[in-house]
Amino acid sequence: MVTAVSTTRTHAVALLWILAVLTAMPASARSTVVPGSEAAGLGACVEPTELMRRQHMEFIKHQRDRTVHGGIRTSKHSLAGCVECHIGHDAQGQAVPIDRADQFCGACHAYVAVDLNCFDCHAAVPRGPMAGSLAEAARRAVDEAQHGQGAVQP
Amino acid sequence: MSERGTEIDRERRRLLGAAAGAGVALVAPAVVVRALETTPRDAPVDGRVRWGLAIDTAKCAAGCTACVDACARENGLDLQHPPEGAEPADWATQRAVWVRKVRLRDDQTGRETNLPLMCQHCEHPPCVDVCPTGASFKRADGIVMVDRHTCIGCRYCMMACPYKARSFIHEALSDQLSHVPRGKGCVESCNLCVHRRDFGLPSTACAEACAETGHGAILFGDLADPDSAISRFLASEPTRQIREDLALNTGVRYAGV
Amino acid sequence: MKRIVYREWRLAPARYWGILGVLAVMVGAGLLAFAYMEHEGHWVTGMNNSVVWGTPHVFAVFLIIASSGALNIASIGSVFRKPIYKPLGRLSGLLALALLAGGLMVLVLDLGRPERLVVALTNYNFKSIFAWNIFLYTGFMAIVITYLWSMADRKGDPFIRPVGVFALLWRLALTTGTGSIFGFLVARQAYDAAILGPMFVAMSFAYGLAVFVLVLMFGFAEDRRPIGARMLRRLKNLLAVFVLAVLYFTLVYHLTSAYGAKDQGLEGWLLFDGGVYTTLFWVGWILLGSLVPLGILYHPVRGAEAPWVAAACVLVILGGLAALAVVIIASQAYPLQLFPGKTILESGFLDGVGGQPAPYHPTLPELLLGFGGVGLALLITAVGVRVLQFLPESLADEVLPIDEETIEQPVAKAA
Repeated sequence: MVTAVSTTRTHAVALLWILAVLTAMPASARSTVVPGSEAAGLGACVEPTELMRRQHMEFIKHQRDRTVHGGIRTSKHSLAGCVECHIGHDAQGQAVPIDRADQFCGACHAYVAVDLNCFDCHAAVPRGPMAGSLAEAARRAVDEAQHGQGAVQP
Repeated sequence: MSERGTEIDRERRRLLGAAAGAGVALVAPAVVVRALETTPRDAPVDGRVRWGLAIDTAKCAAGCTACVDACARENGLDLQHPPEGAEPADWATQRAVWVRKVRLRDDQTGRETNLPLMCQHCEHPPCVDVCPTGASFKRADGIVMVDRHTCIGCRYCMMACPYKARSFIHEALSDQLSHVPRGKGCVESCNLCVHRRDFGLPSTACAEACAETGHGAILFGDLADPDSAISRFLASEPTRQIREDLALNTGVRYAGV
Repeated sequence: MKRIVYREWRLAPARYWGILGVLAVMVGAGLLAFAYMEHEGHWVTGMNNSVVWGTPHVFAVFLIIASSGALNIASIGSVFRKPIYKPLGRLSGLLALALLAGGLMVLVLDLGRPERLVVALTNYNFKSIFAWNIFLYTGFMAIVITYLWSMADRKGDPFIRPVGVFALLWRLALTTGTGSIFGFLVARQAYDAAILGPMFVAMSFAYGLAVFVLVLMFGFAEDRRPIGARMLRRLKNLLAVFVLAVLYFTLVYHLTSAYGAKDQGLEGWLLFDGGVYTTLFWVGWILLGSLVPLGILYHPVRGAEAPWVAAACVLVILGGLAALAVVIIASQAYPLQLFPGKTILESGFLDGVGGQPAPYHPTLPELLLGFGGVGLALLITAVGVRVLQFLPESLADEVLPIDEETIEQPVAKAA
């Protein structure tokens, strides 16, 4: 019963997002998501697209402080989550570094000429035995944020 | 329209998939939703635990580098390569090392001791005191580490550390592991496998590897829990801190030094 | 006593631009070195995980403490009421600013993440002596600018003394703070000593004055302005006293270390077996940097001759660099005493196996960066004296004010 209600609400929320995104976004912008990435198959990011465009750095920054100092790993604004979802692949199916000039982060940052230095330190492709766990935690946080909206509040 | 339709379909499938799990989670949030081996931390760390290590030097074998190798694998230190043109002798002084093996001889008695040496995770860490930006910090659970986002690479913490536990990244890196971000121009050191802590995994790479070799010289655990294996060991065996004179109350204790 | 007349530095354009060109090349080379180090990472320097601060820090610390010391002349003139120094107050302030800018440039450009300077300026750990120093340095800039204004503007006259007193106290804090960057480090045997604070104050007096006198002599000689024997004698005597003060602190510091068994290993190494560091200490710091200049300055004949005084200043400066190389680099090269009474036979991280010091070989980029800071300091000075009235027209004996203020107002009563 709870499940059913939450699913319906989630659908409504998701639908609203997609509609909002489609109407608000110029057609050219749609192509910024790298084809073949997980994100390419989704309607919206962890926040409304307009918000993500302008404020993704703020989201990531708040999240990073909570993670580094508080050890909190269940954030939908996890950078590992960004990489996991937006990573593109080459013809051989190998992940391509996301900060490369033709990839999701790299292309946009090159276009707006804003220095991108997250990947000086952070892995630009999911790598290592814990990459899956990091991505999973982010994915679950996104899901919970979407589902939780109706169900958790009284 | 058809394009839109497929998109909604994909979105729907994903959300449905998630919802199937989330439904369970809503009823019993503590239950792990998917078949995960990890439980990511969702509340800030607090002072109810203090992570630490106990090292029984009697069990630490000469020539064995299992802990060092395991640390390098775990944290991607084995992925660092000498930059092109670097002299091997110079590179040996500039590469990052989080834990090293040390062999000692007592000048008077000639007794030899082997031990692994790493960040001692002090209660009063000099590296934290001196850091101008607060990048060098102690987490509430006792882990001393560097917030690389605010580290400006001044290396003053390395000047202040009594244990030479820290490394400066002298070269550009590209093959980092997702769970260990690290890069040129910042300082880093042992963080007691903080990713393992945050995902509810047991032990540290070094302690695990030491146990696997059968030596069992490194014990990891919660110093604040009197019933933990490490606390029981420390309560029963005579141990000491390196540079006890500095009164730093280290989180790493040594037996037989 | 005549009115002091200040004039811009009037060199022939070719000569002036030639000097600026040389200084600009120094700064440019320093910036190129920085770009190289920043692009490649610090592996192209000799610095490593054992000796984490190297040649750039020697230059940076030298310039910073010399900056504080360069303000001596202004302080003595306005705080300690010695009118003879007043004509030099403006140059003193300008040089203090310029040297600080040069030192900070080196310090900042050596950072692992220099682009995050704004982080350093917005995130403070107030327990860090290093963070205190950031305030001391920026505050010093502001105070010296105010001081210069009070000296140069007629309306500033009533403020000269209060601002001067404040500047004096501030720079004492600044050099004590800079010395305490090392003095507060409990981990290393060569540091962890309160005496490093006052020792750095004495060093700043000596090195700052040496730089000041050299710049003054060069500036005056180029523009054919006279420096009288009175002024020269004053300056060289002052320098000698400061050099003696540094020697005194050096003696006390090493006696204290050598007395107890705890640090005898360090002292034995540094004073006898330290190779290049032993040479830097005895030949650089003590002999050429202190004893020889003292011999010149107190020599009854040579001490009054401008070229010899200039030579003494050069030696004090070189000795100062040697001294700071010993304080900064040798202190890190000597291994940390993690296990007293034990010898380290093997280590995976250069823990001083068999008591061996950590290796450090300065590289060209480090040196160029250091010289770039020197170049910037001199460039700012050269531009300053050219465009504004910093230099008095003459320091000849007859135009100088009296040495000391007396209780009675100095009324020239001809006999």
